[in-house]
Amino acid sequence: MSHSTEAGAVTHPALQTPYRDLDQQRETATLGMFVFLLTELMMFGGLFCCYLVYRTLYFPSFLEGSRHMDLTIGAVNTAVLICSSLTMALGVKAAQKGRSKSIVPFMVITLLFGCTFLALKGVEYYQHWRLHEVPGFNFRFVSSVPGVDPDRVQLFFVLYFIMTGLHALHMLIGAGLVSWVAIAAHRGRYTAAYHNPVENVGLYWHFVDIVWIYLFPLLYLISRTHT
Amino acid sequence: MAEHIVPNKTYLAVWATLLAMTLITTLVGFVDLGRFNTVVALAIATFKASLVVLFFMGAKYTPRLMRVVIISGIFWLAILLAFSMADYLTRWWPA
Amino acid sequence: MSAAPSVAVEPREHYLNVNYGIRSWLLTTDHKRIGLLYLISITVMFFIGGLFATLIRLELMTPAGDLVTSDTYNKLFTMHGIVMIFFFLIPSIPAVIGNFVVPMMVGARDMAFPKINLLSWYMYVIGAVITLYSVIVGGVDTGWTFYTPFSTTYSNTYVFTAIVGILFAGFSSIFTGLNFIVTIHKLRAPGLTWRRMQLFLWSNYATAVIMILGTPVIAITLILVAVERVWHIGIFNPALGGDPVLFQHLFWFYSHPAVYIMVLPAMGVVSELVTTFSRKRVFGYEFVAAASIAIAVFGFLVWGHHMFVAGISIYSAMLFSIMSYLVAIPSAIKVFNWTATLYKGAISYRTPMLYAFGFIGLFTMGGLTGLFLAALGVDVHVTDTYFVVAHFHYIMVGGAVMGYLGAIHYWWPKMVGRMYPEGWAKLSAATIFIGFNVTFFPQFILGYLGMPRRYHAYAPEFQVLNVMSTAGASILAVGYLLPLIYLIWSLRYGEIAGPNPWGSTGLEWQTTSPPPTHNFEETPVVTEEAYAYDKHPEMEFVA
Repeated sequence: MSHSTEAGAVTHPALQTPYRDLDQQRETATLGMFVFLLTELMMFGGLFCCYLVYRTLYFPSFLEGSRHMDLTIGAVNTAVLICSSLTMALGVKAAQKGRSKSIVPFMVITLLFGCTFLALKGVEYYQHWRLHEVPGFNFRFVSSVPGVDPDRVQLFFVLYFIMTGLHALHMLIGAGLVSWVAIAAHRGRYTAAYHNPVENVGLYWHFVDIVWIYLFPLLYLISRTHT
Repeated sequence: MAEHIVPNKTYLAVWATLLAMTLITTLVGFVDLGRFNTVVALAIATFKASLVVLFFMGAKYTPRLMRVVIISGIFWLAILLAFSMADYLTRWWPA
Repeated sequence: MSAAPSVAVEPREHYLNVNYGIRSWLLTTDHKRIGLLYLISITVMFFIGGLFATLIRLELMTPAGDLVTSDTYNKLFTMHGIVMIFFFLIPSIPAVIGNFVVPMMVGARDMAFPKINLLSWYMYVIGAVITLYSVIVGGVDTGWTFYTPFSTTYSNTYVFTAIVGILFAGFSSIFTGLNFIVTIHKLRAPGLTWRRMQLFLWSNYATAVIMILGTPVIAITLILVAVERVWHIGIFNPALGGDPVLFQHLFWFYSHPAVYIMVLPAMGVVSELVTTFSRKRVFGYEFVAAASIAIAVFGFLVWGHHMFVAGISIYSAMLFSIMSYLVAIPSAIKVFNWTATLYKGAISYRTPMLYAFGFIGLFTMGGLTGLFLAALGVDVHVTDTYFVVAHFHYIMVGGAVMGYLGAIHYWWPKMVGRMYPEGWAKLSAATIFIGFNVTFFPQFILGYLGMPRRYHAYAPEFQVLNVMSTAGASILAVGYLLPLIYLIWSLRYGEIAGPNPWGSTGLEWQTTSPPPTHNFEETPVVTEEAYAYDKHPEMEFVA
């Protein structure tokens, strides 16, 4: 659906109903993505609320659980995502400048970073499985630290898997979106006048990065000092 | 409405800062600051998130409306967290 | 703005006849067609929810639990709640009326995201089918509130399936809200500033904000329940140290604002009806607009009043109690302002106006009884009794459903180009009003006397009032069936409406009935405030 205005003037092929012009279309699409990200914030927010409540109630157990996280993978993954955000931002910039073909390598590298993140996460999950730290499947936890209750530690791991699992699902969706943008860019679909999908996929990607920026300290860094 | 194109230098500076802050927050985890470990970790995370929002997501250069959207999101999440915690933190207060 | 022609004529081509065939409807991106698709599906769900209500009221005619077993009864009130709340009340006015009217009121050719609009309808339908499937294979018995650990661990019913259905409905809601917010911000016609917008837009905007901010929280909460049922890994499981009350916090964080999703659009409808049918500007436009936003904001600060006896701290209970009193203020401001609008207006008692009057009176009663419940001491006595049931039905049925029916009647000429039969419409409005009060007023008394809710058997001394309530329900049922009949009748035999049968200043009335696919022949330019009846004495009723 494109093309017509009341005056019947020739318009940009990317202009859709019901917009007056490409500017309005772009502003609308951007606002739409920000409002959508608001819903994502509240969705993850519910999980952060659970985390906040239980960490307050069961701090020693959460502390103990956090010590069993693989800090190396966590930190490396954080760095990987930060790099992917850079390449994504550079890809969006290429789109803004109308260099459709230049978008592609940035999207591909972003995708590679994203896949690296997911691969490392998979390794991490497997490690937890081997160490009997997966609730609902084979959870077994023994601790002689005072104040630590294995049931409460299991609660920590439940939150860990659900929060990082939901995050990983969003990464997966993001990977799909980035691929789609890469393919369209390769076909020369984006110009300086019209590149809304690139910008909006970028916004989504950065948001998922921000979620991880909070997950990392909350799950991995409660405290690493030796008590 | 013209788009604001951010110079590469800015992007690279933000990227480097984010990596540096990640390193710092990881190292601070090994230092015993008691209660303040949490405060510092969240402060650093918030600083990093702000950089991503302002520069990578372009919020610094977008019209006011987007900023209202972002801030209202944070505000509403704060309501959920604060009012829930208001229950848990006061449950064991003397009646 | 011109006066209506003397003989109403239907336009040759409009959105209904521009193309035919099932594909042109199922793949439409026209917001008006999508509104009608919603109208059909929501009506179906309303009557299904009503069927559950009928069975409930039949059981409650006698004190003994003799019609159905207690397990079945649990399923009846659960499904009544789930269907009515998630599949009727929450979408009703926004998805049917809002989708139809909002783009026209802002002077646009369609919603900001027409394809997402269609997607939202498909989400709704998929959710409805899945939820109905869960009914057919055995139902759910947890109450629409899904309290843990019963819903996560001990219930033997189709909780997971029902949750999946509700999640789809939730996404439908989020997409609708997204469209409303972006459309109202970005697609307003030249000259249409925020302060010139019709109040229906303000109400739907506030509603959309609630949809966006609240629905995701219940989505994740229900996902957590579903995860616990399937994989037995649970956050609310007391055996692990989980707190069932945490579920309630997360559940009610959405479900309280959800009631404002249900009532705010109805309030927007009332603002339109009261101005059109008293030919007056609304009294205190800015206050009514600001009150809509205030309700949306304050509505998020009160959820704990559903949990006063659940074990939350007395201090947080006091906080929520105070907030609950405060949230009543903007609603009261609206009622005062509507009343002041009526004062010295040229009032006409057409059916939509009757529904508006019904709303104002019954919503006020429901709202005031909410204040009883907000008082901690009183709440301990009446919580989980029929007092609460009566309170929320006064608001949701006496308020929201009346608003919905008023909206359907008011915009019916715009939607289909025909008038409904006024005599039958007035009769059914009166039937509904009487039936409603006979059904639900006794329930205030029952609750105060101590009859608990969600019980299929009760003490014999409560029978008289229960029989009265059931009798009222049968009258109400007749009242609801009548519009179904005469509205369908009017599609063929109704009087042709013309562009503006009500002589309204609203932007949606400045185009033909039914409108063309792109709403307006030329993009309108707005030059004055809403409801400027004093500047347009030539506008008059044609109907």
